[in-house]
Order: sequence, then C-alpha cells, then structure tokens
Amino acid sequence: MSELENTDPLVIAGQTFTSRLLVGTGKYKDMAETGAAIAASGAEIVTMAVRRTNIGQNPDEPNLLDVVSPDRYTLLPNTAGCYDAADAVRTCRLARELLDGHDLVKLEVLGDQKTLYPNIIETVKAAEVLVRDGFKVMVYTNDDPIVAKQLEEIGCVAVMPLGSLIGSGLGIQNPHNIRLIMEEAKVPILVDAGIGTPSEAAMAMEMGCAGVLVNSAIAGAQDPVLMARAMQKAVQAGREAHLAVRMPRKAYASASSPLDGLINGR
Amino acid sequence: MQIQVNGESLEVGEQITLAELVEQLELTGKRIAIELNLEIIPRSEHAGTRLNGGDQVEIVHAIGGG
Repeated sequence: MSELENTDPLVIAGQTFTSRLLVGTGKYKDMAETGAAIAASGAEIVTMAVRRTNIGQNPDEPNLLDVVSPDRYTLLPNTAGCYDAADAVRTCRLARELLDGHDLVKLEVLGDQKTLYPNIIETVKAAEVLVRDGFKVMVYTNDDPIVAKQLEEIGCVAVMPLGSLIGSGLGIQNPHNIRLIMEEAKVPILVDAGIGTPSEAAMAMEMGCAGVLVNSAIAGAQDPVLMARAMQKAVQAGREAHLAVRMPRKAYASASSPLDGLINGR
Repeated sequence: MQIQVNGESLEVGEQITLAELVEQLELTGKRIAIELNLEIIPRSEHAGTRLNGGDQVEIVHAIGGG
C-alpha cells in the first residue's frame, strides 16, 4: 500500500476505501485463480454476478463467496446479462437478499450481445426504481456527459462510463468525453470497461478518475496474479501523478542540464 | 404437485415449504436467494412459506462476473 492511500481515500456513498482499483471475478480458470488474483490486486470492492443455482448438479461445487468472502471484501453485485430495467431491478433485489441486505450494486443494462453497449433508456428507468428502493447504485454507462449528469441527479452514488466496449481491452477511446463527465460530476467517476493494460488504467487515474474497474485485463492475462499486481501499482501511480499535477507541455525542447560551463567553452 | 424451479418442472410433496424444498435440493446452508412468483422470500421466511402447485421458484447464487 502506498502512503497516499492512507490520506487520499476513495469515498463511495459515505464508505471509505483505500484502493481505487475495483476488480471483477469473471472469466477466471477456477476459484483458486480468482481468489489469488483478487488478493494480489489489493482491491477492496469486488464485483460478482447473480445466476440460477444448478439444481441437482454437483452440490459441492465451490462457491464464489467462499473465495471472495463478504467479510473481507465489499461485494458489488452486478446486473450483467440484463437487457431491460425490470430484469436489472429483480437481479438487484435478489442480490440484496443473497448478501443479507447489502445495498451497493453495479447497475448495467445492456443493449445487445455484440457490443454489450449500455441501453441508456432502460438504465435510467432501473436507476430511478433502485434509488427509490434504497439501493446505492454505481451505474455503468456510455461516455455521454449529459447522461452521466442525469444519472448523478437521479441519485446514483458513482457513475462508471466505459473506456471502450466490455472485455475489448481497447483502452479509453474518448478521453475528452471522460474529462467532460468529470468536470461536471459531484460523485466519483470510475472508468468501467475497456481497460486492457496497466498503462491505460494509469491514464484514467492521471486524468482524475476516482477509480477504475478491471476484470478481463487481469483474468485474460497469461499470468493473472502478476497482472493484478501490475494493475494495483498502475492505479496507485496514476493517482499520485494526478495529485502531483503534471508538467506543462511545451512545443520546443527545454534543456534539463545547465547551459553554463560547457567544456567547449561556448 | 408440480412446481417450476429455475425454469424446470419439479414434482414435490403437497404443502411443501420453501425450507423443505431447499433441503430436498441439497442446498441447505448454501448462500442462496429465493424468489417465489417474482417476489423475494427472505431467508427467515423460508420455513413458514408453503408452496402451491404451479408456483414458480427461482433460486440464485453468486458467481464470477465483471
């Protein structure tokens, strides 16, 4: 943990976190790899999905919550796979029951399977119902600054625009829009989706994002545990660089070494 | 009587409770959540909730996701 993490917490819905890296638990080879990568990432907020229990099949299969314990991590159930507001709301209510009243959720309502692009109309509808129902909603959205502001005004506790398509690893395709979103935001803005490498996570943090949510870039690496550690460092480095404020850009060179006392006497 | 559990038909005893269904499915003590006819039934009410023929039960758990 870096020193700054103690004095520069991420605050979501009044809850304080030291790590600004949020991680997903999808696409891992097995539960052991999931647990090891999550631990190596240093993340405190960890996403999960809600699915039908396999009836009559292998009742002893390992449960995600045994590996990613709600006592150790803040679980963030998602509504992945939901294509309308009603399904997303239903999923959140099931998650709240599953996690004994835990009300922090990641809302995502998708448009189609090819792009997994958010369906904003259904996302807004679901956000309104969930906020009224007492949920603390972290919402996955596109990089439209007007939509982001509306989701904040509805009462979402964090707005999470995509950098690029879910699972694409294409990085932040429109950093200008992410900046526009941050300029107006009063809630934390986290880049969710698209991060493929630590440098892209660092870029999001340098731009001033409150955090990043990464799944595929870690799970899809050849060595997920090593990549999880790299992501943790990148997010810390990016945050510290943001707080340090970068040097101004110049059009021409500016020598770093003094120009006086050169041996050729010029 | 017939009920639907996670979209599949299941033959169960008359007047079975949700807790008994959970036991029959070997899910007792597992971290699950149950919806009966689109309404969440809190864990504390499983023992006292009797099922009727045609009921639709959804039983979910946590899995990996992003």
